[in-house]
Amino acid sequence: MAGIDLFGVYRKNESMAEPAIDIENLTKDYPHGFLQLRKRRSLESLTMQVQVGEVFGFLGPNGAGKSTTIKLLMRLIFPTAGSARILGKPISDIEMHRDIGYLPEQPYFYDYLTAAEVLDYFARFHDFAAAERRERVQRMLKKVGLESAGRIQLRKYSKGMLQRVGLAQAILHDPAVVVLDEPMSGLDPVGRREVRDIILELKKQGKTVLFSTHILSDAEMLCDRVGVIVGGKLQGVGAPSELVGLKAQGMEILFELPAGGESGDLLAQATRTGDRYRLQVEESGLYAAMQRLQAAGAKILSVAQVKPSLEEYFMHLMAADRAQAAAVEVRAK
Amino acid sequence: MSLKSYIALFLFVLLGFAGVWRLQKCIDAQQSAVANEDDQVMLRSSKLVKGLSLEYAPLVADIYWTRVVQYFGNKQAGKQLDLRLLWPLLDVTSVLDPHLMPVYDFGSTFLSDAPPRGAGRPDLAVELIERGLRANPDEWRLYYDLGFVYYFDMKDYAKASEALYEGSKNPKALIWMKTMAAKIAAEGNSPETSNFLWQDVYNTTKDALVKQNALRHLQLLRAEEDLKQIDALADEYQKRFGRRPVRMRELVQSGLLRGEPVDGLGYPYILSEDGKAELNLKTPLRDKWIKAPASK
Amino acid sequence: MTRVGTVALNTFREAVRDRVLYNLVFFALVMMAAAILVGQISVNIEQIVIVTLGLSAISIIGLLISLFIGVGLVSKEIDKRTLYALLAKPLRRWEFILGKFAGLSLTLAVNTVAMSAGLFLALFYVKHSIERADTAVLVAVYFILLKLALVVALAMLFSCFTTPLLAILFTAGLYIAGLFVHEMRNMQPNTIDPALGGFLRGISYVLPNFENFDVMGAAAHGRVISGMLIAQNTVYAALYCAIVLAVAMAIFSQRNLK
Repeated sequence: MAGIDLFGVYRKNESMAEPAIDIENLTKDYPHGFLQLRKRRSLESLTMQVQVGEVFGFLGPNGAGKSTTIKLLMRLIFPTAGSARILGKPISDIEMHRDIGYLPEQPYFYDYLTAAEVLDYFARFHDFAAAERRERVQRMLKKVGLESAGRIQLRKYSKGMLQRVGLAQAILHDPAVVVLDEPMSGLDPVGRREVRDIILELKKQGKTVLFSTHILSDAEMLCDRVGVIVGGKLQGVGAPSELVGLKAQGMEILFELPAGGESGDLLAQATRTGDRYRLQVEESGLYAAMQRLQAAGAKILSVAQVKPSLEEYFMHLMAADRAQAAAVEVRAK
Repeated sequence: MSLKSYIALFLFVLLGFAGVWRLQKCIDAQQSAVANEDDQVMLRSSKLVKGLSLEYAPLVADIYWTRVVQYFGNKQAGKQLDLRLLWPLLDVTSVLDPHLMPVYDFGSTFLSDAPPRGAGRPDLAVELIERGLRANPDEWRLYYDLGFVYYFDMKDYAKASEALYEGSKNPKALIWMKTMAAKIAAEGNSPETSNFLWQDVYNTTKDALVKQNALRHLQLLRAEEDLKQIDALADEYQKRFGRRPVRMRELVQSGLLRGEPVDGLGYPYILSEDGKAELNLKTPLRDKWIKAPASK
Repeated sequence: MTRVGTVALNTFREAVRDRVLYNLVFFALVMMAAAILVGQISVNIEQIVIVTLGLSAISIIGLLISLFIGVGLVSKEIDKRTLYALLAKPLRRWEFILGKFAGLSLTLAVNTVAMSAGLFLALFYVKHSIERADTAVLVAVYFILLKLALVVALAMLFSCFTTPLLAILFTAGLYIAGLFVHEMRNMQPNTIDPALGGFLRGISYVLPNFENFDVMGAAAHGRVISGMLIAQNTVYAALYCAIVLAVAMAIFSQRNLK
């Protein structure tokens, strides 16, 4: 269960409808060490729901267990304990895979095939009529912007292009649930924008999307809810804006002060690079500060929120997690 | 996987292997009908095999050697008379690895021995051993083998003596080889010599087949001695009763023999129509026996 | 079943586009030409040389393909992670194994047929006729195919739970052991310990007996091979493959993909 209560308000699962993805006490141990005798727990009792039609972000640092969870859902690996259901059916039901799409982490496909052939190959497992299959393949290629490269063998594709092929095969059959493992990784900003657009489009079509990432801004922009996982344990679930500890720590004013302007206590607090200054103030004191700067003849360039980076946030969480584990040990003694 | 699936799989595998077992027996029956003559068609050419073995010639030689032993064992067990393939196999093996000593040991015995026990080709045995000598000049045992072949199978006593003499020059050789060389040069064939040589083989060889063969030869020599003695008794009988005995019982009744004598394998000796002692028709020693020509 | 077929055809396509295959086939054809030259040495043995050399080449090349590509069938898909997206489709794991097996077997069949065509051409060139007795060569080729299918099954089995290198070694080891079944069975009682001999005898029936498929001698001399043997070998190969594949499927369906 949640180690720390992350959110201002502890939310229960309010909706009574069947969740699209329902995970209960999912646990995964890996054997490791000499002769594979010891066990490393990479996922501990994960309990989580993703509602129908929502975009759910799975956040966490590398190695936290995001990919493990997704692979467990896809039956690429098998749980040590716990269970999960997708669209009401247990994950062992292979027919249920007709309604889900999956983009693996750092996908790689048969490099001797062209994109069109790969998509066609995957599409064949979905029992489309030949004509419909062809049409869908073409439509997908267009959608991910690979129309012109459709005839080139995948061995010549860049990473971003491969990612797009991966996305295409995940949504080609119009699945109700789409699971994406690090869909933005390796993409340039243009590519990321395109993926974001596709995810938003999926949401508009009423599909459920679960994706994992360690880029907070993507999560913020796209997700209805996020789940944070650190060290194999779920730390909390809620709307992104509510993540405690990531609330804005104030505002930052970027301004220029021509030489000879009045210096004041404000300047002393600001950091200077050449002619530009950055000044941090409380949100409440923003307006007053701006007035003073303008009065001093400063030229205000921008005003922005200050947030801790996701990295700092995770470090904070991990430290807290370790502290709690230590406390448990002490208590046990 | 559920327990039921595991059980199903286990049963399937078990039944499957039972089927395989059964099938294999059927196939074996089929194959023995087909495979008789043509064991290993292509690979009789020693040059070809040597070429194909690349740097693994000694290993391939070992494989061939095991095939030789098995082949020979099979042929013995199957009682087939055709040992045509023995020479090619030995030929290839000795080319692949000229230092594989058991090959010469084995080959000298079973190439030269008369059928059905051997291939009946002492000339090939000589060739094999000479090849071995070229590759292993220090191996005095090869001279020993050579002497053997010349003495017993080719009856060339001059060459036998020569071979033993050459071998005796090696300080590691058996002590008696020099004296034996001299003896053979002087006397040629003699039962003493033969007995001694076979006894030596019997005592020293580690190969079970060769040992058994030596034993047979020793038994035969003993039998031949026995036959000579019986013949002498038969002569005595003739002197006493004016005719040659026709049954062993007659010799016993006349008091010349204490009981009906038997050969080393337990088969009683018999008398031929003209009163000569002979080996029993059923004794396995008969394979090797050559009837002595009429000496009188 | 069409899912199995889809995987099979894709595997076939992959093999076809893998240029290594073409080199091997080319090599085999060169061997045939060499056989013709070698056969010129002695007039009467042309046929024997061509058939034995040709069949040997087909067999060896087929074995190399079965072994190396067979092992790669599963391990390559796992290493390269192409399998991940595939298993998210409504494709059962056992269907995947079966499809891969069928695909490589199909590839081998096509290869072998192509090389045999070369063999028959060489034979025709030398003899200027094709006789009834030459059907023995066809049977020999068929037996080679059976043998290759069995090797592929074994290679897949091992690659489902060990590293590719070990899988190659185990499969090759089993193949070599399977050639000496005869020896194992006919161990001389006085050369080894009887208990060991008995044990070896027992094992010799269970090991995949590749000697069954060796009819090169008969084919070279144009002797007829009995229909009974053909039927038995077919059933043997099918049954053994079924066992091996069943175990492979079971193992693979339990495997955690890293």
